[in-house]
Amino acid sequence: MDAFTKLTGVVAPIDRVNIDTDQIIPAVYLKSIERSGFQDALFSSWRYNADGSDNPDFILNKEGYRNANVLVAGPNFGCGSSREHAPWALRDYGIKCIISTSFADIFYNNCFKNGVLPLVLPPEQVREIMDKAESDPGIELTVDLVAQRVWDESEEISISFEIDAARKDALVNGLDDIGLTLRMGNDIGDYESKHNL
Amino acid sequence: MPPKTMFEKIWADHVVAEEPGEPPIIYIDLHLVHEVTSPQAFDGLRDAGRKVRRLDLTVATADHNTPTWDLSLPVTDEISKKQLDALDRNCAEFGVTLYDRFSPLQGIVHIIGPDLGYTQPGKTVVCGDSHTSTHGALGAFAIGIGTSEVEHVLATQTLRAFKPDTMEIRVNGELPRGVTAKDIILAIIGKIGVYGGVGHVIEYTGDAIRALSMDGRMTVCNMSIEAGARAGMIAPDQITFDYLKGRQFAPQGDDFDAAVERWKNLVSDPGAKYDKLVELNAAEIEPHVTWGTTPGMVVPISGEIPNPEDAEDENTKDALTRALQYMDLKAGMAITDIKLDRVFIGACTNARLEDIRAAAEVVKGKKVHDDVYAMMVPGSAKIKQEAEDEGLDKILIEAGVDWRIAGCSMCLGMNPDILKPGERCASTSNRNFEGRQGKGGRTHLVSPAMAAAAAIAGHFVDVRDL
Repeated sequence: MDAFTKLTGVVAPIDRVNIDTDQIIPAVYLKSIERSGFQDALFSSWRYNADGSDNPDFILNKEGYRNANVLVAGPNFGCGSSREHAPWALRDYGIKCIISTSFADIFYNNCFKNGVLPLVLPPEQVREIMDKAESDPGIELTVDLVAQRVWDESEEISISFEIDAARKDALVNGLDDIGLTLRMGNDIGDYESKHNL
Repeated sequence: MPPKTMFEKIWADHVVAEEPGEPPIIYIDLHLVHEVTSPQAFDGLRDAGRKVRRLDLTVATADHNTPTWDLSLPVTDEISKKQLDALDRNCAEFGVTLYDRFSPLQGIVHIIGPDLGYTQPGKTVVCGDSHTSTHGALGAFAIGIGTSEVEHVLATQTLRAFKPDTMEIRVNGELPRGVTAKDIILAIIGKIGVYGGVGHVIEYTGDAIRALSMDGRMTVCNMSIEAGARAGMIAPDQITFDYLKGRQFAPQGDDFDAAVERWKNLVSDPGAKYDKLVELNAAEIEPHVTWGTTPGMVVPISGEIPNPEDAEDENTKDALTRALQYMDLKAGMAITDIKLDRVFIGACTNARLEDIRAAAEVVKGKKVHDDVYAMMVPGSAKIKQEAEDEGLDKILIEAGVDWRIAGCSMCLGMNPDILKPGERCASTSNRNFEGRQGKGGRTHLVSPAMAAAAAIAGHFVDVRDL
């Protein structure tokens, strides 16, 4: 799996609650049988006009935000479907970290499999980043998973965060879950014999 | 031993390995596969030279992309066809049992699992699909997973999963006539919100839940994910056992009786503690209609569209304002004044036999309103046949409802069944997100009876008044 250690990049704010997976990537784009190439589908309903041109009002089409690598968004980000195409589309666009007060469970799990960090921060800190990103287009944040810190160049934003140690370890080291589990092959076999499976 | 919840018993019984600081490794008893979330997983296996560990615990079907028109007609969407072909190829190469679109056992993955007897109490069930929560209605622990996890389960028959917390949602009392399982779950989501269940497994309890048929229980569990929950479950009882008896892939004969004895022990122990408790009175639940762009934006049929000015915070106010704009509705409007262009009865939420019967009962001897196009998409080829054996198709067709073949259809618009921009639909599916049923489409979630009644009237009506 892809690793995530430290990232410095532009923050784009989307101040909405419950951004669902159908907004992140509509179902019509799930017909691909590939694992990448979803960058143009990201937020397509919001990002493009009916004629396919860019919607100038959408944040990723605005000056300063086009090359965003970090997204800051409202609570319950990624609710809805289990489609891993959602983190794939974010990753393919270049967004490797999403900051919110909360994430939907399946989306949260899926991010860790793809080198994308879904970072949970308290409401006041998410608000601070949201306000800063809105008022200062193109502002960059550094997200350091190893040091568990987020800051901007001016250090006006300087935040330490908590994250589950096992999840951090998997992401920092880009661990191959399947390889690790297969090393437990004997345990799985024992379980199967014990349960007549 | 301290008393345990049903979920805790099933979880404890499936832990293969647990290392400190690592997520436990959980054994998976049933892995359901469909065409949308599996191609990249099979590619991953192929690239690493891995096999499917337990072909006997893995079943695939094609449902999301399949057209619901006549089977003799080809799949015209080239990209959909490519995905369906990929499933055919992958299942053939790896040896996975596949019910393709021509199989008599084909259907929506969450409908065929229980209907064919694959899903059983006490099992752990996964599928690359969030509505896997449906299977919990039989007393299984069933969760949706992403494609990387699909690959993990294919290769190892296990999942690395953190143990969720538990929540009891107790619905006591008797449901009024005309109020259904769909209204219970919409009322629950209206109460706890779309992230009220995040990180939790919900167990639905109480006499109103116990009184539901298996079809109704599956509707409730189906939408657990719409409250953000990891899974939804209902303890198995005589209704569950009667439902499973004789189903093709359920235990047969003496094995079935022995299984029932095991299953009876799964129920939560008296005094078992849940991390959260929510209570509802069934007698107070009305038929519900969603008006907005999340399943939590829902009101009773007697209600009206809320006013964003009444919202308790700015975030909610913004969300309500945006939803009103997208749905082209005005605050204060009566739900019964909402006129419809389309009616969709189907999806893993409400495409079982009981749902088809409920819709047929409402439209019998009546005609679909001139301004409305209504379609009924059964959940599986088998259920379609059963409905036809009862003559339900004729009732629906005579009323002007289009009778289709099984698939996910207009629940998410991956096949040709989609809303046009601006079209408004009464739908028995589970999500009313912006663009869910087609870009610019407007979705209102309701029960099958309410959808059928709206099809006749051309606008929402209270099914209890019919």
